[in-house]
Amino acid sequence: MIEVEDIYFTYPNGIEALKGISLTIKNGEFVAIMGQNGAGKTTLVKHFNGLLKPTKGKVLVDGVETTKVSVATLARKVGFVFQNPDHQLFSETVEDEITFALKNFGFKETVIKKRVSWALNLLGLTQYRKTSPFMLSGGERKRVALASVLAWDPKILILDEPTIGQDYQQKEKLRQFILQLKAQRKTIIIVTHDVEFVAECNPRVILMREGKIVADGEASKILTTPEVLNQAFIVPPQIAQIFFQLSDLGFPRDIIDIYEAREILLKAIRRKTM
Amino acid sequence: MSVFDGLKFRRVYSPIHNLDPRIKFIYVCAIFVIAIMFGELLPLVVLFLIQIPFVLLAGVKREWIRSMRGAAFLATIIFLTNFVFAYLGARGIGQSLENAVAMTLRFIVLIESFSIFFLTTSPDHLGLALEQTHVPYEFTFAFTTAVRFVPVLAEEAQTIMDAQKARGLELERGNFLKRIRNYIPILIPLIVSAIRRSLELAEAMESRAWGATKKRTNLYVLKMHKGDFILAAMTIGILAVAIYIRLYLPIPSINQLLTGIN
Repeated sequence: MIEVEDIYFTYPNGIEALKGISLTIKNGEFVAIMGQNGAGKTTLVKHFNGLLKPTKGKVLVDGVETTKVSVATLARKVGFVFQNPDHQLFSETVEDEITFALKNFGFKETVIKKRVSWALNLLGLTQYRKTSPFMLSGGERKRVALASVLAWDPKILILDEPTIGQDYQQKEKLRQFILQLKAQRKTIIIVTHDVEFVAECNPRVILMREGKIVADGEASKILTTPEVLNQAFIVPPQIAQIFFQLSDLGFPRDIIDIYEAREILLKAIRRKTM
Repeated sequence: MSVFDGLKFRRVYSPIHNLDPRIKFIYVCAIFVIAIMFGELLPLVVLFLIQIPFVLLAGVKREWIRSMRGAAFLATIIFLTNFVFAYLGARGIGQSLENAVAMTLRFIVLIESFSIFFLTTSPDHLGLALEQTHVPYEFTFAFTTAVRFVPVLAEEAQTIMDAQKARGLELERGNFLKRIRNYIPILIPLIVSAIRRSLELAEAMESRAWGATKKRTNLYVLKMHKGDFILAAMTIGILAVAIYIRLYLPIPSINQLLTGIN
């Protein structure tokens, strides 16, 4: 569980990135943090594994204050996949890349072998085991980065902009993958701009603007409330936009799910044709 | 990284900032040469002191002090090694001490003068100076771009460090050798992304017709002003005096002065 108690954070250059943030993320929750560039999303999640320490206020991970332990200790529990995989890949082979963190955490050699195979298999990278990560495509590098974090099986997983640079099919795979992790009771936190992706995943949404939280709730509520979205400079997902325009005809306004939309539209069409 | 902080340019206006970078560079080189010419403490102290007015005039006192503080670690090493070896070389303790202080001060003078130069000269100005001394534009451009990308790379290094720390890397762990090896996961991504970035930059520039015209003109042209002539004259003066002293005057050591007084 992550508890954030009224934190403020100011960068050394004087920019105040977080201004009084409080929230609780329970175990097994799936949260999307959204907001425009510079809203403080990445700054906030960097507090969850202790990379940044609040200037004021407290962050507790499973009841332990982040200022009291090292990043390495927290990282064992909180996996963080950075936006750009090129910021972390450095090994000669994909296999070594995944081994790196496991060695840092002091896993045994036999366990490491098993974990590496498991992670490679999980993300469909087994054929690249001995390939240099620098030879892979952008999407594949992103998967290697993800595998290298998942390998140590952290309880909480933070993904910073996981959909950037991924084609639609990869995004769909990622979504399935996240749902799978959710079924395993992992806590998943994604930082993203991708409204369509969020609409499809339907997580809890935390909307940020200028270092503050402007809304916190279900995706279907927040992504269909234009006043709230405007504040955070976000455009509603396409399905929600269609239903806004149809609301004069008595259609509901809070629809973001394709299947739900299909049911409602089908019902309406049947009513007309009968 | 604080040594580098002392070399980071900040845009302010002062008589020193407005000086022609070419003359400033010649001045720095002159100070450099003089510092190498003298191994005695007394002239090095003088050399150290004559640069302080420049710092004050340029209004970069804080940055300058920071760069001096950054140099303190290396200065300490230089002092200790010089002192220990001079002492082992069977010189008296007083003389070894003076010699070590002189060597340290020589290093500090070098850092001091380069720090003043970089603190008061914008990369653009420097590029302009190189161009007008007929250095090929390709080199000038590479140089100014490199300087301009330093902060970008520094930021990237920070992100990479964060990313690796998030994978359990502890930079401060282990003995000396292990600690150096801890930096491999940071250096490789940094170098790879710098190379990628430079290739991308080259492509972007070429697609915007970089190098299409052979003869370039500049909006700003460097011109010598009164201040530049004064600095040039001062540089020649200081250099001449230094050479004269070196050749014809004996330089007393502080020890001799002290015993002379007694």
